[in-house]
Amino acid sequence: MGGFPILTAMLAVPLIAAIACFFVEAKPARVIALAATLANLALGVLLWANYDIGGAQWQFQEEANLFAGFQYKLGIDGIALLLIILSVFLMPICILASWESIQKRVGEFMAAFLVMETLMIGVFAAQDLFLFYIFFEAGLIPMYLIIGIWGGADRIYASYKFFLYTLLGSVLMLIAMLWMVNQAGTTDIPTLMQYDFAPGAQTWLWLAFFASFAVKMPMWPVHTWLPDAHVQAPTAGSVILAGVLLKMGGYGFIRFSLPMFPEASAQFAWLVFALSMIAVVLTSLIALVQEDMKKLIAYSSVAHMAIVTVGLFAFNVQGLEGAMMVMLGHGLVSGALFLCVGVIYDRLHTREIDRYGGLSINMPKYALFFMLFTMASIGLPGTSNFVGEFLALAGIYQVSSWVTLVCTTGIILGAAYMLYLYWRVAFGIQKNEDAAAMSDLNVREWAILAPIAAAVLWMGVYPESFLAPMRKDIAALEARVARAAPEGDAQLAAGEPRRQAANAVAAPEHHGEDEGDH
Amino acid sequence: MDYSISLRLIAPEILLSVSGLVLLLVAAWGGQKTGRLVSILSAAALFGAGLMLFPTLHLGVVGPDTFAFGDQFRADAFAAFAKALIYLAGIGCLMVAPTYFDRLKAMKPEYPVLLLFAVLGMSIMVSASDFLTLYIGLELNSLAAYVLAAFLRNDTRSAESGLKYFVLGALASGILLYGMSLLYGFTGTTSFEGVRVALSGEMSTGMLFGLIFVLAGLAFKISAVPFHMWTPDVYEGAPTPVTTFFATAPKVAAIALTARVALDAFGTQVDAWRQVVIFAALASILVGALGAIGQQNLKRLLAYSSINNVGFILIGLAAGTVGGVGAMLVYLAIYVAMSLGSFVALLMLRDENGDALATFADISGLSAKRPALAWCLLALMFSLAGIPPLLGFFGKFVVFQAGVEADMVALAAFGIAASVIGAFYYIKFVKVMFFDDASERSVADSTTAHWVLLVVTTAIVSPLGYLVTPSLGDLTDKAASALFLLP
Repeated sequence: MGGFPILTAMLAVPLIAAIACFFVEAKPARVIALAATLANLALGVLLWANYDIGGAQWQFQEEANLFAGFQYKLGIDGIALLLIILSVFLMPICILASWESIQKRVGEFMAAFLVMETLMIGVFAAQDLFLFYIFFEAGLIPMYLIIGIWGGADRIYASYKFFLYTLLGSVLMLIAMLWMVNQAGTTDIPTLMQYDFAPGAQTWLWLAFFASFAVKMPMWPVHTWLPDAHVQAPTAGSVILAGVLLKMGGYGFIRFSLPMFPEASAQFAWLVFALSMIAVVLTSLIALVQEDMKKLIAYSSVAHMAIVTVGLFAFNVQGLEGAMMVMLGHGLVSGALFLCVGVIYDRLHTREIDRYGGLSINMPKYALFFMLFTMASIGLPGTSNFVGEFLALAGIYQVSSWVTLVCTTGIILGAAYMLYLYWRVAFGIQKNEDAAAMSDLNVREWAILAPIAAAVLWMGVYPESFLAPMRKDIAALEARVARAAPEGDAQLAAGEPRRQAANAVAAPEHHGEDEGDH
Repeated sequence: MDYSISLRLIAPEILLSVSGLVLLLVAAWGGQKTGRLVSILSAAALFGAGLMLFPTLHLGVVGPDTFAFGDQFRADAFAAFAKALIYLAGIGCLMVAPTYFDRLKAMKPEYPVLLLFAVLGMSIMVSASDFLTLYIGLELNSLAAYVLAAFLRNDTRSAESGLKYFVLGALASGILLYGMSLLYGFTGTTSFEGVRVALSGEMSTGMLFGLIFVLAGLAFKISAVPFHMWTPDVYEGAPTPVTTFFATAPKVAAIALTARVALDAFGTQVDAWRQVVIFAALASILVGALGAIGQQNLKRLLAYSSINNVGFILIGLAAGTVGGVGAMLVYLAIYVAMSLGSFVALLMLRDENGDALATFADISGLSAKRPALAWCLLALMFSLAGIPPLLGFFGKFVVFQAGVEADMVALAAFGIAASVIGAFYYIKFVKVMFFDDASERSVADSTTAHWVLLVVTTAIVSPLGYLVTPSLGDLTDKAASALFLLP
């Protein structure tokens, strides 16, 4: 890439556009926002194309001594790369999704979204602990405004809850960060990832970070802000919330909790497993009885994120890779599902499931997209989520069969609530006349849904494109946490290799008994 | 020490007192119409005095070279930093006053003159290195401030505010004097240096009482809990430009003075006062946050907010290290910008008749009517709440960093957790302005002076402010080292 500061450019483009949006009318604001997000998408593609797979761990590094106490230091590894790509991919879609549905204070809305984009990229690209914190925390302000100004009827309660919940979670993390920096004498994240804190201190540090990431993730029982925030936020806000903001929690675990405190992570793995198991089953059951589409998808997000956390704390390559794939897949799929809700919400202005029905008759194209994303959410092979969930569960199986069993139940329940939702919305009789009169997708909605559908299938059919950039980083992380990895209950042992091909006709003295002792 | 050197060291104070006296004559002969002229000249005097501080501040001069009049007065980098903040705040308060008082037909030249004398008193306070110098500075400041609080003579609320301030301020001065006399009785000296030496080693009960009384008197002046009761009443009743002044300059002076007394005079008994300061810090954070929740009046709310902020500043002092004092000064600088900005915004919130929009109900839906004003207030409120990327976060960040470095993790954790309570009412401001439906009250146009101050302070608290943090940190480090000359 030569000396071009591409990460700074990716931070600057939306920020400058945001400032511009403040001062213009609705129409130019939309165009500026779309242009800026598309430009950033182009930069993102450039970033991916120039990322040297198998090269240095940290690439595109930039550094400047601008501030007292911390540094302006950027750089990405494969994990951060993919999450940045996810963010810049979803942003233009969000802008398009709010093209018509946002009619009041358009300039300010677009500005808030563009600032959000800057902050999201900053979170994933920051290589300084406090710079990370600033980006991580600053996201509260635009999201608070997005929910509060452009949200639904109960938006004020939801915005307060979102703000205070996440703030309380993350201030404790700040104290832990201050302590770490005081101890290690550096704010550099790559250095801190190699620093060994005393196991006793790790316990407290881990808990402080956990308070923040568990809320952001969100994990049961601190997930309650999410359904409120999702339901009240405008469609694009929900997409960004589910698509990217929730991933910050998982990214935090990967970047901080696991490599910086491996012993404490092992020590608290039981806690993460227990909370995740409860989350998977409980929130899936809650999702089954929801009457509000957005709430249903919000609860399904909590369940999916629980798969991510168990995968992360499996301490092996499959689990970590699976967790990353679920995060990416869920980012696309839940975003797409919220967009699907948004499409019909724009027409009928209700999210109540009972008000719809038989949409496959009058909106066949819409029903097809909705079906694809429903299936992807369930984890059907060939879609993005299958790869992730399979890997995550394969990883956790090496650690605990019971956790795997419970989490797999969650996937079955997931199929139940998603299919039940799809059946109620798309199939059956057209019981409401106004719902039956809705028109099918227009060009703009095609442009929103088609790219996500393509990406979902791409991830499902050829996940190697996404696994390759992060393989080396996951391996490094696995090596880092290996010393603390808990012993699994699966007792895996390699069997005697077969002497013959698998399809060879067994000789009488063998009887095919040596199939490996799993 | 040569007398002329001493005079040179107090040059800013000489300039201020001479200008104050001359302007008083101008006011006496020129009459009411000179109000604006005297204001401008006062601001110029403050600016000139500020320029004189520049060499000390820039070079970070500390030590015996800065002791004037046999070490009764220290013009070191620490004092210079505090004075610079005080003068800037004073200039800000002079800028906003004429518009406000003109509307009430109450613009008198006494206002800038009184303000000048108050600033002079503060200037002496922050340089004091003897309890008597301290007391003279404090009283000069207080007497001017009592009159300023009651400046709107025909307004009963203003008069009430002045009376309350006077009665409670006099009580605080009494407590302070009592503590000083105890210390003098037990140590035989009034100089900080002498008290420091006498206090080293075992401390007698009398000395401890003296120390506690002095700290209590000072806590009154910085309105730290449990001596904060007067703050909301005085802030609400006083004319808003005066409130702006109270919330900025005297806070800086009193806190700087407290730091000097604690670390210089009581520097050998850190453990004795640290627990007091820790209690005051935590109680201020908590009371400031909880007390503000129920408030409907914006000025009262900002009064609680200032109590809350004092708590955070005291955490830096409680650390008792160079880093802690440096962090405290950084926080003070940011705090002055934030308070100045938010009170100026309050001044700008008036309807066409000139009546203040004083409550939350009045400003609901402000963003639809005055978007620029609302966005500036939003930045200031998020900054006061300490949400990054606004500069208010940096203030809390350095203070807590100092706390953690001084091994006071529990204090820092408690303080930062309590700051979430404070966030509740700051974001209520945003909620009322941005989420609620517009109220009936119209908002009048504001003058250029107000806009300039608001935009400048907003720019400081915006992320742009982070770019000046390296030089700010540099200055505060030099300034803080002035209090740690002796082991």
